[in-house]
This record gives sequence, C-alpha cells and structure tokens, in this order.
Amino acid sequence: MTDAKPVLRLENIVKTFPGVRALDGVSFSVMPGEVHALMGENGAGKSTLMKVLGGIHQPDGGTIFMGDDAVVMSGPLEAKAKGIVFIHQELSLAEELSVAENIYLGELPTKSLGRVDWTRLADQTNAILQKLNVGFDANTRVGDLSIANQQMVEIARALTVDAKAVIFDEPTASLTDSEKVVLFDVIADLQATNVGIIYISHRMEEIFKITDRITVLRDGQYQGTVETADSTEESVTQMMIGRTLDLSRNASHHALGEVALEVRGLSCSKHYQDVSFEVRRGEVVGFYGLVGAGRTEIAETLFGLRDPSAGQILLDGEEVRINSPADAIARGISLVPEDRKGQGLVLGMNCRDNMTLPQIDTLKAGPFVAQGAEMEIFDKYHKQLDIRTPGWKQQVGNLSGGNQQKIVIGKWLSMHPKVLIVDEPTRGIDVGSKSEIHKLLRALAAQGYAVMVISSEMPEVLHVSDRIVAMYSGRVMRTFTSEDVTEDNLIQAISGMTSEQVA
Amino acid sequence: MADITRQQIGSLLAKQGILIAFVAFLIGFTIANPKFLTPDNVLSVIRSSAILGVMALGVTFVVISGNLDLSVGSMMSFSTIVVLDLHDKIGPALAIPAMFAMTLALGALIGFLVGYLKLNSLIVTLGMLSAIHGLTLTYSGGKNMDIADKEGTWFSVFGQGTALGLPIPILMFVAVAALLGLILSRTSFGRKVYAVGGNGTAATFSGIPRARTVFMCYLISATCVATAGLIQASRSLGSQNTVGQGLELEVLAAVILGGASLLGGSGTIFKTVIGVLILGFIQNGLLLIGLQFYVQFIVTWVIIILAVWLDIAAKRGKLMSPIA
Repeated sequence: MTDAKPVLRLENIVKTFPGVRALDGVSFSVMPGEVHALMGENGAGKSTLMKVLGGIHQPDGGTIFMGDDAVVMSGPLEAKAKGIVFIHQELSLAEELSVAENIYLGELPTKSLGRVDWTRLADQTNAILQKLNVGFDANTRVGDLSIANQQMVEIARALTVDAKAVIFDEPTASLTDSEKVVLFDVIADLQATNVGIIYISHRMEEIFKITDRITVLRDGQYQGTVETADSTEESVTQMMIGRTLDLSRNASHHALGEVALEVRGLSCSKHYQDVSFEVRRGEVVGFYGLVGAGRTEIAETLFGLRDPSAGQILLDGEEVRINSPADAIARGISLVPEDRKGQGLVLGMNCRDNMTLPQIDTLKAGPFVAQGAEMEIFDKYHKQLDIRTPGWKQQVGNLSGGNQQKIVIGKWLSMHPKVLIVDEPTRGIDVGSKSEIHKLLRALAAQGYAVMVISSEMPEVLHVSDRIVAMYSGRVMRTFTSEDVTEDNLIQAISGMTSEQVA
Repeated sequence: MADITRQQIGSLLAKQGILIAFVAFLIGFTIANPKFLTPDNVLSVIRSSAILGVMALGVTFVVISGNLDLSVGSMMSFSTIVVLDLHDKIGPALAIPAMFAMTLALGALIGFLVGYLKLNSLIVTLGMLSAIHGLTLTYSGGKNMDIADKEGTWFSVFGQGTALGLPIPILMFVAVAALLGLILSRTSFGRKVYAVGGNGTAATFSGIPRARTVFMCYLISATCVATAGLIQASRSLGSQNTVGQGLELEVLAAVILGGASLLGGSGTIFKTVIGVLILGFIQNGLLLIGLQFYVQFIVTWVIIILAVWLDIAAKRGKLMSPIA
C-alpha cells in the first residue's frame, strides 16, 4: 500500500459555522482499493466533512487532493465529474420511474430528435445490474423495490460514472442481515476495481468486518487513523468518545413491583395475533424480532393509534379501552416512537416547547401557558438527561440525534407515565449517546417505571432487558428471562423456530 | 472576524429581512414624495388596510396550521351582503350576531372538511370560494344590497366612526391583532397550532387533537372574515355581491410577505401585521408617485415575489440554490 498513491487526500480541512468550528484541521487519505471507515459521534463533523467533499460546503482552509492534483469542489456536479460518488443514507430516487431511468436520470441515451433509446438504456442498465447480481431488471419500477434493492439502484448509479471514490453513508441502516451480505459483496467488488471507499457507520461489527483502516473524528478534530486489524471495539470507542464504555449485561438488582401493564390475547387483524405479556413496575421488557414482526404495531395499539381486533389490555389490573393517544397519555402510557423526526418531534419548534407539548393544556397561568412551569420542566430534564443544547430556544432540528432522542424521552418522563414504551431507542444515534440512553432506561426501571423496549439490535435488547419477548411474524414465540436467554436461542425464536424444533 | 460579521448580517437579514425591506420602502417612497410619511397619509393607509388586515390575521392561524384559506374573499362578500340585508329586516343589533353565526357556520363547514375529513385545504377552500359566491348571489338574487336609511343608523360606526381620535376600523384591527397575537403566542391553543402545522404526525403522537385544532383555526378565520365584513358593510352601507373578490390572494400575500411559511409551523401575528402594512404602503406609495391605479396590481405582484425570494435567499445564504 505504501507505493500506491491515495485516490483522495484531505489536508488540514477547516470549516467554521457561526459559533462552531465544525472541522478543525482534518486530514486523511483513501488508498485505491481500500475501505476506509470514518467514525465519530453525531456532531463530530462527519457530515460536514462529506459535504465539503461533495462540494456542498466550501472549506475555510485546507486542501483536497485527488491523485497529485489539488482540487476545488465548487458544487455537487463538479464532485461527481471528478469521480466522487455518494451513496446516501436517505435515498434520492424517483419512485415512479424505472430502475433504468433512475440510474441514467439526466443522461438518458437518445436517438434522433431527442427520443429516448429505450433498447440501449435497458441493455446498459442490465449490464450493470448483472455485475451487482441483483434480482430485478432495468424496467422494474423503483417504488416496487425493497429499501435494500433501492440502495442497489443507487450503487448501480454510482457505477455508471468513472468513480474514483465512493462514499457510503450509513448504508446498512435499513437493511436486513441477508441484504447486508449482498451489500458487502458489492463493496468487495468495488474494492477489486481499485476504487477508494469511505464507509461511514456506527455499527462496530460492520466496521471490523469490512474496513481496512479507521479514521476517527471527535468534536471536529482529527483523532487519528488506525489499521482496523490492530484495533478493538474498545480502542476505537475510546478514540470516539474519549473514555471507555461498559457494554456488559445489565439485569436488574432491584425488586420488581406490581404488574403495571398486562396484555391478553391481543390481536390486530393482519399485524399480530394472540399476543400476551405483562410488564411489572421496575422492569424492562425487551421486544425483539425482525422488521415486520408486529412489535411497533403492538406499541401503536397500546398508545391508541390502532384498534385491536381482539383481546384485552389491563392497566394496574383493570381492563381499559384506549381510543386515542390523548387517552393513552391520560392513562399513563407514553410512547417514544420509532421515527424520531417524523413522529417524535416538531423539528422547527424549540427544545422547551417540544418537551412540554403533551401537557401544554395543564400548564396554565390564567388563560395563558405558564412559562415559568414550562421552564422548570425543561430545566429539570435538561439537567437530568444531560441534554446538550445551547439553550431552550434552540430548534430541535439543530440538535444531534442523541440529544433529540433525549428531548423525546424528557417529554414523556415529564408526564410521569406508568408505562413507558420506547421503540428503537437508539436508532441512528452515536455510540456515546447510545450507552447513555441504555443507562437511562435502566435507571428509569430502577425508579419504578414499567418500561417496554422495542429494538432490532440484539446487543441492545440483551443489554437493557430483564425479560425479552421474542416475536416472529405477528406472534410471540417465546419469552426469555435474563437467565435463560442466549444469542442462539434468541435468533432461533425470532426466525420462527419453536423451542421443540430446536430441541 | 470579517467572516463572522458577514454571517451575522446574513442571519439578521434572514430573521428581520421583511422588516428591513419595509423600512427601505418607507424611506424610498418618502424621498420620492414627501407627502408619503405624513400622519394623515399613514392613518389613511392603515385605515384602508384594516379590512384586509383583519382577514389576514385569521388566515395566519390557518397557514401556521399548515393549510390554506382561499375562500375568505368570497366569504367576506357573503358577510357584507347578509349583514346589510338583515340590517333593514331585523335591525342592526340582531343583524350583526346573525351574520357572525352564518359566517361561522361556513367556517365550521370548511374546518370539518379539512380538519376531520382531512381533505386537501387548497381544493376545499378553492371550491368554497365559488360555492360561497353562488350562495351570496342566491341570497341577494344578484342585486346590490343597500341600507334604506343611511343617515339614521348607528351601524355606520364600525366603518366610519372614530374613538380616541382614531378611526374605528384601525382600532378594531389593532384590537383583533392584539387578541389573536396573545392567543397565538401565549396560549396552549396557539402552541398546538404551531405543533400541528410544524409536524402533524408528531403532534398526534403527543396527544394533540389535530383535527380539532385545524377546525378551530378555520373558525378563527371565519370570525375575522365576519369582522372584516362588518367593517366593510358599515363603511359603505351598501355593497355589490363581489366586494371581497380577489381579496383572498392579497390576504395570502400579506401573510406570506410577513414571513409565514406556506408549509406551516411558522409565522406570527406581528409579522402578518407588518406584511399587511407593507402591502398597504406599497400600493399607496405607487399612487402617490403618480402610477396608474392598474399598474399597482403588477407591481404588487413583483414586490411579493421579490420579498419571498429575498427571504428564502437569506435563509439559504445564497441567491440561487439547486436544492431548497
């Protein structure tokens, strides 16, 4: 690797925004055929760095080299022309168009009079799709594809230009395990063609599986680049957050209280059937399963967003009907939803107003909102949850994912719920905030809250839960206690294998 | 350091761009015609903006909640015709509450369709624009409406009276603005309007009754329309069926000029008042510098586009951008 020239080299990149030094002298290089991980907590400067690379932001200092030449990325088109290709976390495809049209959007092959040459388009596209070894063809409508396959379309689009560097930004965020395997194969193929790859992810297993080197940023500063083979999760985490993390299992040591929530034979037409479980005060019950196993739908039913078709919900032993979220909230059920930005927060609103939203009607001073009471609530959870924000007036859209999630959690804690349901508590959140949120969930249970945690990440479920309900295709397969759970039998349960089959 | 200053100016422009533009307009017109900034002219501008202004205050709620109301112009015609007709039939003391009730019923219908049935507000209110026009014409039989005894009625006080040395329409505009400003910025209902417009799903997930909130916004809008109709009827004491025609776009322009986002979730009553005044002063200024009345329609449009563009450009930090 020493004799080859890097395809891309950043030297001393500086970028400031009002009041923030987002990038402070960042340097690193990507070799041809290398998969180079870029890691850092949210807010560490990864996105800003990528925007500089993509020509969306202009750096205030430093130089970008491609090969031997210093280059200036004046805009996204320029970056693309120079062979820098982004595969974004959020897909940017036209769903109503075909795969071929998406791949060659803006550069459709034409015949005379500007007519599209459909035959040539399909041939070119199918040639690329064949390389990617995917199960769909050029004429498939993109909207009919799974998220994973849509991502393949993005990658196919990257392959149409003469890519020198391909940047993957959290590519596996919405992929299943088998889809990930395909993605990693594609990345390996790209590697073989001497393209340099920058791989941004929070997921340690992936980083250690596919990358060659790791560059870490913290608070906009370059922390160093290490060979993946010489590193461990602990050492990289320490570089990212400046301290070590405790990832050990975490069963409760306090006594459990009464049953706060009991569900008996609950069904919701297509989504889940005959689900029964109970959650005690002081207990965290994890719900683990594949996407589509019905876990989120159960949470939505308990929160009054869906009507059950059969079964009972009991709160403190009394049967209840929950007709709306307002109803659920009044009965002491709170939901930290799966989609933080879409369902959890009003992004354009400030931190305080988001936090007090569910109880805004009760914070009254005469006809007006009691601003003093609002500030008290904000101050309390700002401190208790260690939310990093310049102040209550800050729009939540400007906070990092971890701090946004803390606002949502603070919002519900301030309601003092009986049952706190948390759906995917750490999705898209950096590793430091992740462990803080895990600790917080444990602490809440210790304080006597009944907590339901829905998660698709096994380490998370294992880490925070006292008991784990394993679901498969709308049914509860098995309930584990922290004593009898192992990774193997958990995986078997959520893949639909019953314990008899296993035995 | 120079960089920070530039960014500070940028952020000042982004936040107060409309206000700065407004002051610039005032200075420009005053230089062009010294009569522009005299107390008499200022009062006359505000008075003639009062009707549009009151309507814009109500529409501000609708826009912040993430919806549109294009029916306010024809609804105002309806209120005006109804109150004039009832004035002679049941007397002004009963005519006014009756007219408010009928206008509010229309607002409730729109609020039900948009809020509870979740129909697209553009379609609903565009349809209502012509439906209410039809209703007005049916009610009046197509004839102009006049009060028989124009000299002898106290009804003229809302449009022509003065108190504290100020015209009543101005006082009503100020009072409604103050009241709605307090409701929007200080009450829990106001907070819900911002939440519903900013992210309706998140509002639902916080237990906010989205449908009822939207419904209430249309009721507020209808109340403002009825108030505007009252001022209009009282000022002229007679009216055509089309008195409010086209006002819906001017109202929307004032709200947008003030800086409320058509996507919902942002805007304030104060900003809408500024938007109303900008529109009023521009139209007046154009007349004073001697432009034909008809030209102002074109110039008004150009200025609105300019204002909105500068506003967005200040937020983006550049004049043109490939992404929004």
